[in-house]
Amino acid sequence: MLTLLAITAYPLVYNLWNSFQHDVINSGVPPSFAGASNYQRIFTDHQFLPALAHTAGFTVVSVAVETVVGLALALALNQKFRGRGIVRAAVFIPWAVPTVVSAQLWKTMFDPQNGWVNYVLTSLHLPLGHTTWLAETWTAWAAILIADAWRNTPFMAIVLLAGLQVIPNDIYEAARIDGAGAWQTFWRLTMPLLRPALMVALIFRTLSSFLIFDVVYAMTGGGPGTSTSVVSFLNWQAFFINADYGYGGAVSVALVVIALMIAAVYVRVFRSEQVL
Amino acid sequence: MRKAAFRAGFYLLIAAFVVGSLFPFYWIVITSLKTPGELSGGTTSLLPGHIDFGSYSADLTQSSATGLNFGRSLLNSAIVALATTAITVVLAVLAGYALSRTKMRAKVPVLGFVLIAGFFPPLAMVGPLFLAYRHIGLLNSYPALIITYLIYSLPLATWFLANYFSQLPRQLEEAAAVDGASRPATLGRVILPLAVPGIFTVAILSFILAWNDFAFAVSFMETPDKYTAPLAIIGLGQSQFQVFYNRIDAAVVMTTLPVALLVIFAQRRIISGLTAGALK
Repeated sequence: MLTLLAITAYPLVYNLWNSFQHDVINSGVPPSFAGASNYQRIFTDHQFLPALAHTAGFTVVSVAVETVVGLALALALNQKFRGRGIVRAAVFIPWAVPTVVSAQLWKTMFDPQNGWVNYVLTSLHLPLGHTTWLAETWTAWAAILIADAWRNTPFMAIVLLAGLQVIPNDIYEAARIDGAGAWQTFWRLTMPLLRPALMVALIFRTLSSFLIFDVVYAMTGGGPGTSTSVVSFLNWQAFFINADYGYGGAVSVALVVIALMIAAVYVRVFRSEQVL
Repeated sequence: MRKAAFRAGFYLLIAAFVVGSLFPFYWIVITSLKTPGELSGGTTSLLPGHIDFGSYSADLTQSSATGLNFGRSLLNSAIVALATTAITVVLAVLAGYALSRTKMRAKVPVLGFVLIAGFFPPLAMVGPLFLAYRHIGLLNSYPALIITYLIYSLPLATWFLANYFSQLPRQLEEAAAVDGASRPATLGRVILPLAVPGIFTVAILSFILAWNDFAFAVSFMETPDKYTAPLAIIGLGQSQFQVFYNRIDAAVVMTTLPVALLVIFAQRRIISGLTAGALK
């Protein structure tokens, strides 16, 4: 356990140290103390703040989409119908696909020549049939969102389904006898009782959405230009493309701080609802 | 009448979910079975063309100019994922058992830390770990990845197994102790057989974690002969020559198949692992 603590803590400390250094490999200048200049850079250059805005926007949209679709899926799977086991296995499979592989998979789908998306759109005489999806900002974002939602919605659904299954049936019986409609039952009964599971699913998905890296790397490489660059990708670029460890360290620290803030917000919500 | 319409709508929704989940797999499989000639003609139908396994044998036998061989990459992935799984299981069983059976003051902080560690941003870890591995000469080696995956798999595995062990009745151990069994013997003969389902869950989740990683592999593995399967897929896609989707998609199929089979056959165990946190 101590070893683990050390292994986890070490990168954090190292990042902090780096972030106060001026350390660019191959620049010919030896590492030196740089004060807060790396932090000044991330807040004034044209990379970090746009990437942060992209990441925040993506997180909000993707989590919202995945929650709504995942909830619908969970509610559907909570009904009794023939073949439910098979359906549940089928919709759960995308979750097992490596994230970067799901990105590559959707890249094939959106490919103007070998994909089916443009083929279907043109065949049905719908607009966008001749789009080069990954070459324009908004369509690239749409493709990233679809690839991410396809892989991660099952996770949302599985956690919510587990939450639905612990709600005892007699509560629904009682509501029905009292004459509550389906809509009323859902908002007054299901949703409040589902809250703990929903919170857990939300915190997992918000954090991992915010840390998105694989999909962007594989689908767009941050492009066109830097219009789909996200914080994790910028962090990776700083280290592995530019070998600018000071700047990378500062971005890493920002990443950790924001991730902790997201977790803290959720924990507060948990506490105030006394689910923890 | 209204009820019938409702049922029809319900099944339509279910069908939409199933098609949405599985159609991409269908597309990948049929693309992987096409020849380069068919691909250059573009998409003209949603049905499979004639079936050709050429891209699979090309993936497994041919090496690219840079020395990238997908068969080798699959082997690398298997070695790293299986080693991660084995080490995780052994250490998590020992640590989990210890946590569940001893009164430790640090128990709550340790468990709290364990949960935070599981969420630590991978991209904030990658840079410092890269510098550290370079310093001790571990870059481009299996241990670099295995150690990194353990950082993520061990905490959650330990936490899960500690919970699992603490639900097993303590009387069993007391009975074993009365019969003169030592602690290690009790663990091996009494506890482990009972904990098999929990251990299985932990093993599957660790395997998937290691098998699916990309961020660490792309940062630590430098030469194509050390690439893991996900890295090799991206490598195939970034070839400087024409990109052949049949080759890439054959690799996608081969990478996805093991984890997809795990999900199909061990769905219950995986779900119990994923939702353990949600319901406690």
